[in-house]
Amino acid sequence: MATTASPSPASPSGRKRRSWFALVPNYVVLSLLAVFALGPLVILGFNSVKGKAEIGRNPLGFPTEFLWRNYPDAWRVGNFSTTVQNSGILVALTVSAVLILGGMAAYSLAKLNLPGGNLVTLYLLIGSSLPIQLFLVPLFFLWQKLGLVNSLPGLAIIYTATNAPLAIFLLRSYMVQLPADFEDAARVDGANEWRIFTQIVVPLSWPGFLTVGLVVALGVWNEFLLATVFLTDQDKFTVVTSYYNFTSRFSRDWGLTSAAAMMMIVPIIVIFLALQRRFVEGMTQGGLKG
Amino acid sequence: MVQTHSSTPMLPARAPASYAEPALRFWERATWRRKIVPWLFVLPILLINIGVVLGPALSAVYYSMTEWTGIGPATFTGLDNYRRLLNDPSFGHAFRNNIIWLLMFLTVPIALALVAASLLSQIGRGSLFYRMTLFLPYVLPSVVVAAIWRSLLNPDRGLPATFTDWGIPGFDRALLGDQGTVLPTIAFVDNWHFWGFLMVLFLASMQNIGPELYEAARLDGASRWQEFRDITIPGIRPTLVFMILMTSIWSFLTFDYIWVLTQGGPAGASEVLAVLVFKNAFMNLEAGYASAIGLSMSFFVGIVIAIFIVLRKRGWEI
Repeated sequence: MATTASPSPASPSGRKRRSWFALVPNYVVLSLLAVFALGPLVILGFNSVKGKAEIGRNPLGFPTEFLWRNYPDAWRVGNFSTTVQNSGILVALTVSAVLILGGMAAYSLAKLNLPGGNLVTLYLLIGSSLPIQLFLVPLFFLWQKLGLVNSLPGLAIIYTATNAPLAIFLLRSYMVQLPADFEDAARVDGANEWRIFTQIVVPLSWPGFLTVGLVVALGVWNEFLLATVFLTDQDKFTVVTSYYNFTSRFSRDWGLTSAAAMMMIVPIIVIFLALQRRFVEGMTQGGLKG
Repeated sequence: MVQTHSSTPMLPARAPASYAEPALRFWERATWRRKIVPWLFVLPILLINIGVVLGPALSAVYYSMTEWTGIGPATFTGLDNYRRLLNDPSFGHAFRNNIIWLLMFLTVPIALALVAASLLSQIGRGSLFYRMTLFLPYVLPSVVVAAIWRSLLNPDRGLPATFTDWGIPGFDRALLGDQGTVLPTIAFVDNWHFWGFLMVLFLASMQNIGPELYEAARLDGASRWQEFRDITIPGIRPTLVFMILMTSIWSFLTFDYIWVLTQGGPAGASEVLAVLVFKNAFMNLEAGYASAIGLSMSFFVGIVIAIFIVLRKRGWEI
């Protein structure tokens, strides 16, 4: 079941008993699949340093000369200095709100025996499986009335709401495992629940917070539908929505669009590779996010 | 959903051992500590979620029975929007495309992920490399994946041209511009990004199968196919079923790749329900009608979940 999937890296299992020779077909097939996964990214890297003329002659191969200028050009034309900032603000606001408010809710569900906690859990489960298209239309016009369209905090509130169920479930499953000894001792000493939460439970469950923070940050950074709908003003575009417009404006200039794409995905790939266990753990345990 | 989630520790932890509670100021009293404080911790996020999700979702039910541009007041029209849905050819067409999408996603990525996860679970050396590589496309933003493949599928200078040069038939056309090939092509691109996610889930599940089962099978001279069919598949059945359920739900909600690659075109050939919602609400100023389509999507999702619950009640081990 997705929610219990062990995220540990391939543990040496009994199936390794096969001889080296018998595993050759495995390596052949897996290598072909790896080429399928990486090939397009490698070609993207090649194209990001080609000029228009070379793209025409050599659209898929290794570049003959390296036009590094594509990168600063794409940064400037794609207005990255603004969009990176917008996306960064959205990620920062959403991640802090989800971790603080979601962490509080998880603490209450895991440790405080919340009266009616099962109903809250059920509500969050149902809420997390409602399609965005169901509430998108009234939500947009409500946000318009409240003046929250074209506002980064306005969109961050929506992201906080849509990411909350996943975050609460994950954080709760971390907190449930914590032994109650420290909390009980603190309670006897007269500490209130807020202090127990901030001084004991959060420090002990930081891996959970890190995992959830990473998954939420990636989701917000990559999000397209809500960002398109709620941020229509060019100054408020995120990296993703701006890139979408950028590719339609410069659809002929693959060098430029490829360089812009590289600037968007290289940071993601680096962070993913550095922290891949946490990413895989968060995304597979959540299992609920498309 | 509710059912399949049962293995997450959902039940709240029991209260910590009760402690001595001398009656003091009100914030130290039992009711406050046991009943009110827990709710204060849950309330902020719950209110945000209700304001963003539940409130608008409920009002969508009302708006779906109105004629409403989204700006002015809404005029109540009863079930008119739903009558219109049933007679709207673009709705039927979009629904059909959602079903085709569902069938494609229930077969190709799941089969691919099962095979790859099975092969990967047998190897030791290099397994981390393959796992990360195959999962990598899943973390990339849809707009970039779409842009990469739009270039690669370019009929004049992308892969199709190369395939045609090699004499492989069927690639001498604009795969994204042809009404016959556009939907499978978008599904292919979406899938390139998606299947590694399934693979990692299946792999994690396969690693929980006891190795002694495979050893016993090998002593009995079982072939690889028999091992796969009789040990691996039953061993990961809960994960497999859960992902079939989730894939079915997502198939009714799919939007990003279709919108980014074709906006539903050419000539509506790749329109799905989510695209219709978007176009009606934000381009045609038909927010009431869009709400009705959105509600119908939730209805289809509800049917998928209901089918699973019924099958489970009937004793299917899913």
